[in-house]
Amino acid sequence: MSISNTFQDQTSGGMLADSGIDVERVLANAQQLRWDIGQDYHEQLMETIYADAARIADRSVWAEGEKPRFDLDRKIDQIVTHPIWGFPVMLGLFALVFWITITAANIPSQLIADLLIGKVYPWLQNAAAVLHFPWWLSGFLIDGVYLATAWVVSVMLPPMAIFFPLFTLLEDFGYLPRVAFNLDHVFKRAGAHGKQSLTMMMGFGCNAAGMVATRIIDSPRERLIAMLTNNFALCNGRWPTQILIATLFIGALVSPALAGLISAAAVLSVALLGVLLSLVTSWALSRSVLKGQVSTFSLELPPYRPPRVLQTIYTSMIDRTLNVLWRALVFAAPAGAVIWLVANIQISGVSLAEYIINFLNPIGILIGLNGVILLAYIIAIPANEIVIPTVLMLTVLAAGLTGVGSGSGVMFQGGQADTMAVLQAGGWTLLTAVNLMLFSLVHNPCSTTLYTMYKETGSKKWTAVAALLPLAMGFTLTFFVAQIWRLIASL
Amino acid sequence: MTKPQTQPTLGAACETCPVHNAANLLKLGVDIEGWDFVVALAGNPNTGKSTVFNALTGLRQHTGNWPGKTVARAEGGFEYGDKRFKLVDLPGTYSLLATSLDEEVARDFILFGQPDVTIVVVDATRLERNLNLVLQVAEITDRMVVCLNLMDEARRNHLNVDERRLARDLGVPVVPTAARYGEGMGDLIAAVFDVVTGATVPKPHRVQSHPSELKAAVTSLTQQVQVLYPELPNARWVALRLLDGDDRIISAMRKGELGDLMRGRDPELSNEIIPLEGIAS
Repeated sequence: MSISNTFQDQTSGGMLADSGIDVERVLANAQQLRWDIGQDYHEQLMETIYADAARIADRSVWAEGEKPRFDLDRKIDQIVTHPIWGFPVMLGLFALVFWITITAANIPSQLIADLLIGKVYPWLQNAAAVLHFPWWLSGFLIDGVYLATAWVVSVMLPPMAIFFPLFTLLEDFGYLPRVAFNLDHVFKRAGAHGKQSLTMMMGFGCNAAGMVATRIIDSPRERLIAMLTNNFALCNGRWPTQILIATLFIGALVSPALAGLISAAAVLSVALLGVLLSLVTSWALSRSVLKGQVSTFSLELPPYRPPRVLQTIYTSMIDRTLNVLWRALVFAAPAGAVIWLVANIQISGVSLAEYIINFLNPIGILIGLNGVILLAYIIAIPANEIVIPTVLMLTVLAAGLTGVGSGSGVMFQGGQADTMAVLQAGGWTLLTAVNLMLFSLVHNPCSTTLYTMYKETGSKKWTAVAALLPLAMGFTLTFFVAQIWRLIASL
Repeated sequence: MTKPQTQPTLGAACETCPVHNAANLLKLGVDIEGWDFVVALAGNPNTGKSTVFNALTGLRQHTGNWPGKTVARAEGGFEYGDKRFKLVDLPGTYSLLATSLDEEVARDFILFGQPDVTIVVVDATRLERNLNLVLQVAEITDRMVVCLNLMDEARRNHLNVDERRLARDLGVPVVPTAARYGEGMGDLIAAVFDVVTGATVPKPHRVQSHPSELKAAVTSLTQQVQVLYPELPNARWVALRLLDGDDRIISAMRKGELGDLMRGRDPELSNEIIPLEGIAS
């Protein structure tokens, strides 16, 4: 870069010295000519370009026969962007995606857990015993690092491998811009830019990507609103948490035949609550600290394209599923080690983890959660993906469950039934599950997202707002839900 | 570096043969050290630019079916006919008048980045609207190739596009493709290769039909710009922008950035400069 700059300076300098005319004179002449030709120059220029484009296109394009008998795109659009039917169709499609994910993920999840935790785990312990590993080394590596990663794979891989390809198929088909179209006028009424519906859609994949996507919004004010509210779109790291907790606690409330449907409805409600919070927050921001005019734009609805199913499954497996899984593993392995350490480092007979959990517990109970969950959210700041594994391992420790392993820290077998047993032993109720789902939706974005926001805005202040605003909202929301829940329960 | 003339001239029959092209294309992904030529990829939003980018580089930049997917620049590389090409995927834009950040990124790269070839990807089913951008790019640079993409959809919609007539009217090579299915990618690379080696010299259509008083103003200002920068290939476009009061161009002239445009027209000259940038970047 520097070398080419030097080059350009030399040449332009040399040229100017040789010629009699200089830049400022040409610019002054241009200014004069602008006055002479009048104001509608820009329009005239655009009109000539458009006229030429129309003429050239007209000469080389013609339709075969008459008009196509049946315009499928148009028919589909009439239904999915219908003022009344658009929303039910949208809810139905997303509910279907969640329902397929929840009902289909259970079996492979159990199979992987049986293999990795039921078979490989005892084998590894035997191997460590044969090799005479000291207890702290086998505890650290096998009970800490290995079990954490095995758990992440067994619980997160199957739902992701089903959910992401389905979602990507909807995207490839061209449905997501229709969702943006449906939501556009709602966003405008909330004082936000219509394009925010598009950046929110990106946020449903990854909030850090959503932050970058806000570049399509020209006005800095509206872009900031889009960035501050992007976190309310559930990201890849949080979908598995929602799906798992809904399956375990909400689905269990009804008969097995309805369980899948009800769990899907619960996940959908949380996602919709996110959209609602996004709108409410945009509305509040645009009427307080970020006042200003709403700008307009035109949203192009792309044609429907037949999705290339196999290719989509392949790329969504690579791009999304494996990426998210990899990110989860990269953070889960060290987290597993950290958890094992805080569980085994003792100060006057009580482990470090217990000190922290006991300290956080009063706050946690006040908002319908517990100290374990709050500590898990602190450990999981780098990646939302590891919240549930961390919660489980800490719960096992706090509840004093005993099982496999010579050190304390990890004693569960994995799989959904065992997961449920561990959580219930940790004192979880339906309220804990509901509030965890809510807190998972409304809390600070992960560190990657915050760092991206800082890079995009260059503002420490707004990055801090992006972290603290949802956190404060999350505490408020869960606090009120817990108080009202307990009030009703006590009646 | 090997000079272009040491490259054996390929027969016309060979060049259009898919087997020959498939054998010659080496997808380099992000391995783009020491490139010989820079190719820019421009186009309206949602015309399949990212798909073309992936098909050429073998990368899997995520493609989404909505406008505005690519907001930043993505870079990748491929090797063809003994030359290494750096491919730069620009944000999708409807125009180059730089009213928003993504348009500015795209225009600044075509203007100041001086790519050896600019591929403009157009949607064959929405040709009229897409040609607006093609004509604007043609004002800035001669060295362009039009990639007439989404031919599969045009066929599905029973639309016929006469690419030869289009190529004649536009004065630049036009390659029909269906990038999602890899159709025509070999022809596209061959067309790009011909433009960088000088085997094809595009003479793009320039918008002409201005009213007479405007024409006089444009001609007068073009001459002045030409005196200022004798080797500038697109003095007329700079004049048009100055008449529109384009602040970016005015400041570029004041800072001497327009001097940068004088390099790179002569193939010999560009070959001397490129290694310098290769080291610097």
